[in-house]
Amino acid sequence: MLASLEGAVTAATLALTAMGLSLVFGVMRVVNVAHGEFYMLGAVIAWFVSTTLGTHPAIGFVGALIVAPVLVGLLAAAADRLILARINYDPERTIVATIGLLYILQQSTLMTFGPDARPVEPPFNSRIALPWWRQGENGLEMFYPWGLATTSYKLFIIVAAVAILIGLWVLLTRTRIGLVMRATQADREMATAFGIPVERVYAMVFGLGAGLAALGAVLIVPVQQAHYLMGADPLLLSFIVVIIGGLGSLPGTIIAALLIGMSDGIISVFFSPTLAKILATLVVAMVLVFRPQGLLGKASA
Amino acid sequence: MLEVSNIHSGYGRVQILFGASLTARPGEITCVMGRNGAGKTTAMKAIMGLLPLSQGTVSLDGEIISTLPAHEVPHRRIGYVPQGRRLFSDLSVAENIEVGLMTCKEGRATRDEVLDIFPRLRERLHQRAETLSGGEQQMLATARALCLRPRVLLLDEPTEGLQPSMIEAIRQVIVTLRDQGVAILLVEQRVDAVLAIADRVTFLENGRSADTVTVDALRATPDLMHRYLGV
Repeated sequence: MLASLEGAVTAATLALTAMGLSLVFGVMRVVNVAHGEFYMLGAVIAWFVSTTLGTHPAIGFVGALIVAPVLVGLLAAAADRLILARINYDPERTIVATIGLLYILQQSTLMTFGPDARPVEPPFNSRIALPWWRQGENGLEMFYPWGLATTSYKLFIIVAAVAILIGLWVLLTRTRIGLVMRATQADREMATAFGIPVERVYAMVFGLGAGLAALGAVLIVPVQQAHYLMGADPLLLSFIVVIIGGLGSLPGTIIAALLIGMSDGIISVFFSPTLAKILATLVVAMVLVFRPQGLLGKASA
Repeated sequence: MLEVSNIHSGYGRVQILFGASLTARPGEITCVMGRNGAGKTTAMKAIMGLLPLSQGTVSLDGEIISTLPAHEVPHRRIGYVPQGRRLFSDLSVAENIEVGLMTCKEGRATRDEVLDIFPRLRERLHQRAETLSGGEQQMLATARALCLRPRVLLLDEPTEGLQPSMIEAIRQVIVTLRDQGVAILLVEQRVDAVLAIADRVTFLENGRSADTVTVDALRATPDLMHRYLGV
């Protein structure tokens, strides 16, 4: 119970981060190696905003929730214009370019933010004891065992992530911006032939993808602390999720995020976090062998 | 009037067009013919701004459109029905039409009009484009281009691989548009179809325009077909 709740928290932020990666790959065919650094930047900006505003943790947090994704998104859109557009979105060169971007972002954070891990206070954090059931004198009865508790903030992470994902789904399927993105994803050249400014769509998608990573980070930072090296883990997990779910398939990404997040949480609690990573990587290998297009991917893109 | 004069273009370092010129006049059907690899499709893409020109210009009613960013070209109401249909295959029929409508900010009226031309599409609005039959896909590709209320319509082999009844339906639409004063540029391989509907024929040979003749002149001198097409 506790383990699956921890897993759900991991799954929630992972779904947001991986969704950003998957969206960028789906529409732009760009493998964004710097995605984890956008996540890290989200957390660092969250720390910065909440300490600057610093009156009440809730104000700082809400500020961070708005400022961090927007700022990171703008930065990513600028990076798209300045770097990715100049190399024509050539698949190999974008990988090298985003590796470069990864180090630029990471090291400039080290130079400015420093090597310390810094906490962000959650906006609210009350302990919630969880009920459990046992066989008592009169059948099943509910009780509150010692140590079985979570915090209201962790529940909030899950709810917020679900809300954001629903919002994203509505954006993609019900709005003009989403239609333009999906048309660009389906056929870039024809999108141009029907008046869609593909370069602007690309900058927007890259910014949106990075913004989602930053959002995931802002949500998790009160639980985890901001650190300049924190981008590596979510990057690896996001890649695992995106590969399992099928590159560019958004529903597949969510399912895979749930699978990996939950198993990561549960296995980490009962065994060790290392075993969880080993198993996740094993699943990737199995998926690549038996279903190279991913769970919900299409055979030949 | 769409005027293409002396354009040179190609894909990266591979040059395909070495000075192609042609004209599409309102209310006329201009056919582009040539052997495989002569540059017919390349010329269409170059007009749409999808390929860079190294020389030459494309102009519409006196305005040079070949220097515009590619996505601005369709805003001049140039509709494009590409070879192989190129639908947005993951999107539904309704969404494909919506993308066409967005190009020139057309609304409901245009949508209804286009769907009246292709009633089959109205029955399948929520189906994904890739699940349509070949003929229906061609209808959708044409409908998508008509959503721009085009002044110029480029059609690249619109009847390729279709059954005769479907070819006839597409032909009807093209003729109706011509009568409404649209300038039509049609790439077509089948000689009998060209003779039946074209007003003028431009032959492309090795990336150059070799000859432009009226369809009456073509009927009078059948050896032109033999020279440029080998039929």
